[in-house]
Formats: sequence, C-alpha cells, structure tokens
Amino acid sequence: MATQQTRSLARFMMAPSVVLLFVWMIVPLAFTLWFSFQQYNPLNPIRDGFVGFSNYALFYSNPAFLQSILNTLILVVSVLLITVIGGILLALLLDQPIWGQGIVRILVISPFFVMPPVAALVWKNMIMHPQYGVFADIARFFGGQPIDWFGQYPMPAIIIIVAWQWLPFATLILLTSLQSLDGEQKEAAEMDGAGFISRFIYLTLPHMSRAITVVILIQTIFLLSVYAEILVTTNGGPGYASTNLPFLVYQKALLEFKIGQASAGGILAVILANIVAFFAMRAVGKNLDK
Amino acid sequence: MARAVSTQHKTIATAAAWIVALLIFFPILYTIITSFKSEQEAIQGFNLFPSGTTESYTAVEAQSGYFKFFLNSVFLSVGSTILALLVAIPAAWSMAFSPGKWTKDILMWMLSTKMMPAVAVLFPIYLIFRDTGLLDSRIGLMIMLMLINLPIVVWMLYTYFREIPGEILEAARMDGASLWNEIVYVLTPMAVPGIASTMLLNIILAWNEAFWTIRLTTTEAAPLTAFISSFSSPQGLFWAKLSAASTLAIAPILIMGWFSQKQLVRGLTFGAVK
Repeated sequence: MATQQTRSLARFMMAPSVVLLFVWMIVPLAFTLWFSFQQYNPLNPIRDGFVGFSNYALFYSNPAFLQSILNTLILVVSVLLITVIGGILLALLLDQPIWGQGIVRILVISPFFVMPPVAALVWKNMIMHPQYGVFADIARFFGGQPIDWFGQYPMPAIIIIVAWQWLPFATLILLTSLQSLDGEQKEAAEMDGAGFISRFIYLTLPHMSRAITVVILIQTIFLLSVYAEILVTTNGGPGYASTNLPFLVYQKALLEFKIGQASAGGILAVILANIVAFFAMRAVGKNLDK
Repeated sequence: MARAVSTQHKTIATAAAWIVALLIFFPILYTIITSFKSEQEAIQGFNLFPSGTTESYTAVEAQSGYFKFFLNSVFLSVGSTILALLVAIPAAWSMAFSPGKWTKDILMWMLSTKMMPAVAVLFPIYLIFRDTGLLDSRIGLMIMLMLINLPIVVWMLYTYFREIPGEILEAARMDGASLWNEIVYVLTPMAVPGIASTMLLNIILAWNEAFWTIRLTTTEAAPLTAFISSFSSPQGLFWAKLSAASTLAIAPILIMGWFSQKQLVRGLTFGAVK
C-alpha cells in the first residue's frame, strides 16, 4: 500500500544521491563540451574565443592521436584476452579439490588489491629492470641478454602489468560462477560418458557465459582509462609508443595547456565509454528483472 | 578405485595450483623480501633471503615522511566511505523497500555515471577545485572519492537490502512499531552485514584510486598513491626503500582485501554474479 506519504518519503530519501550524481555528471561534462569549442589557454588568455570544430580537427589530425587510439585498443584487447582465457583456466584449476585452497585463493587474488602505482613501480624496478630486475637475473642465468622492457617493448610491458592486476579479478568472478554450477548436472554428464573437453564446451562454458560477459564489460570500463601504470613507468614514451587516449588527454590538458584540444579528446573518450556502457548496462539490467 | 584416482588427481591439482599461485604472488612476495634488505643487497642479484635489516623502513619515514601520507590515505578512504554511506543508505533503502516506476531507471542511470571516463572531466574539475580553493585539500578529495564510488555503494546496498524480506517489516508495522522503531530495531540489525561489506569494499576502492588522488593533490592532502608515484624518477640506490614504501602502502589494504573476496565479486559485478 504505497500511500502518497510513503512515496514522497521515498523520493526525499533518494534525492541527495540523485542530485549529487547528476550535478557531478552534468556540470563538468558541460564545461568540457564548452571548452572543446573554445580556444583557451590559461597561460595566454588574450586569444580566447569560439573556434568551432577546429579543436577536434587539430586533435584528430595529430599523429599521436591515431597512435593513442591504437594503443588504447591494443591494451584493452590484449589484457582482456590474457585475463579471460587465463581466468577460465585458473578458475577450472582452483575449482578442483586441492590442499590449502584458502591460501591459494588468497595468493591469487592479492594483486587486485595492490594500488596501480605500486604495481607498476614494483614491476618496473623489481621485475623488469634491465639491470637489477628478476627477469634480467633469469636472462643472465641462462646466458642471455637482459631485455630493456620499457625502452624496447613499452606496450607489452604495460600489458603484462595491467593483466597481472586484473587476472585475479577475472579468476575470482569466474570461479564464483563455476562453483554455482549444479554438481548433479556435472555428474549426469560424466555418467553419460562426456569427457572433460565436451563437458567443458557444452556444460561449463555456457554456464559461465554470463560471468564472462560481466568480466569483459567491467574490465573494459577500467581498461579504457588506464593511467597511473603509464604515468609511473614510461610516461607515455618512448615518443608516443605507450600513450593511450586518457594519457594523451592528460598531456594536452595539464602539460601543454591545450585545453580545447584536450576537451575534444575527452569528448571522444566519453563517446567510446558510452558505446561500451550501452552493452554493459543491458547485461547488468537483465539481472534486475529477475 | 575412484578414490585412488582422486587422490592422485588431487596431488597433481594441488601442485599445479600452488605453483601458479606462487608465481602470481611472486612480485608482492619479492617486494616484501627486498624491503628487508640493505640497498647494497637489493642490487646484488636474485636472493630470497634478506639480512632482515629494517633500515629501509626507517629511511622511508625519515626521508619522505611516509606516515603523513598514510594518515591521509586512511582519512580519505574511511571519510569518503562514511560520507557515501550517509548519502546512499536512505536512497538504497527507499529503492529496495518502496520501489517506484522509475527505480530501475534511476539505478541504471547511477551506474552509467560510473562509466564516464575521468580524463574527460579532468580540466573542469581541476578548474573548479582551483577556483574554490579545494586543490590539495583533504575535504575536496574526500568529496571527489565519495562521488566516484557513490554508484557502487548505492548498488551494493540495494542488492543487500533487497534480500531483506518485506514481510518482516509488515509484521513489525502490524505490531504497532513506528517508522523509527522499525528502522532501529528491525531493519538495522538485518542490514548491518550488508553495510559492513559495502564499507569494506569501498574503503579498498578509495584507498587504491590513482587518478584524482594523484592529480588533485600536491603535498598537504596527498595520500599513498601520490607518495608512491613520486618514486617513479629514481635517485641513486632506492630498490630497498621502494620496496619498504610499497609494502607499507599495500599491507593494510591487502589484509582487508583477503577478508572481502565474496563482497568483491558481488560489489564489482553489481550483483550480477554472486
């Protein structure tokens, strides 16, 4: 019996959250949109004014722009491939009866709780450093030449770091989904003589498909805006070799003070994120109807 | 026979799982080990057995004042979480117990704000913060972190509250409980586990947020994320000190994280995977 009174009470209780989020979303975004059509330089305010789409033209014709889009896509797709495939394999392994399962789970999930700058710096200095890193020690042990990861292979290096951070997340969610698989169904399939492979393809994989979708979508949202890992390792370089879209926008805005161009880039980032969000919302929304 | 096979199976699975787990954990483990080495030891090649010196820890505190950053991290993550809970609890509550026509749309919309890329609003936020004097202030950053995580907090609370059976509320009302009594004596005890889980996950997320905490602070309000980022341009021998600083930065949240695995799945998938 939803009376007028309880309904207005409900609205009153919701108002702070809704208003805060609305303001937080609309005001800065409106500013960005406005700046994207302006010539604006905080260091040189004389030449300010409306410039139409020229910021967009400038930003998109910059050779670094194409590189940054490419790097963004390479980063997202590579990390997704590594974490989803690795996550499925790991989840299958951890779902087996093993001794010390609790500790194994804790060890596997740990990287997710490491703050991005620490993760990046630890990998940069402790593991991948061409002189003092563990990889260099291993290379020397086998008589090889240590690799200068961030100089020669900046993107693979960043991909490894980010994948290390997100593999635990994928594993944990896929494992949770795997454990909700009906044991009787599995047994029945076994009785019918289904081997491990066919059980995996026809029973396990379909069961996990929803969790896999969720993992892909949520990771994509975060992977599209990787920032700290690049900042503390390569700083986008060498050249623009490891600059992604967020990093390019940051450089334009806070290092070069080309606010107009940075805003035009920001608007593009919003459009990219919205395309992903559209699919993400549908996947999550289905769950609400249950 | 099935038993015999399963013991063998278990042994192989255990060995494989432990090897993989230790490999994944290795960077963290090696950082902790290196933090107990001297700077000289730290660069003398691969070595799993440190001399056990704590000189790096004292050096980190003495040279860069670790403790101030740590306090900022605690203040920001806990403060922003409490603030978010204060705003979100009433909202999640009303959406769970008296859902209206728009409840679902509002929830979806809230989630969509989480998907806005931070860089897109970097400069406007920077300007607003600068012009209101919030740049490098704890309060400003606390509000920022609160806004960033508010959608997740509302969502998590909503999925927990929704599981509280409405009949119990009706029964309490029948017995003549006032709204106040209903909230204090009936709902709150049942909601506490959900609120605690939400709080835990949100503190972890706020602790590790590494965009705004780095860009909107310089010295006064800077938390551990900004502190650690200052190690990105090394000066001389710093491997052991970096390890000590890193260990200090992640230890509290790592331990909290271990206790929140279940909530993590639920919170980060917005209830889609439980």
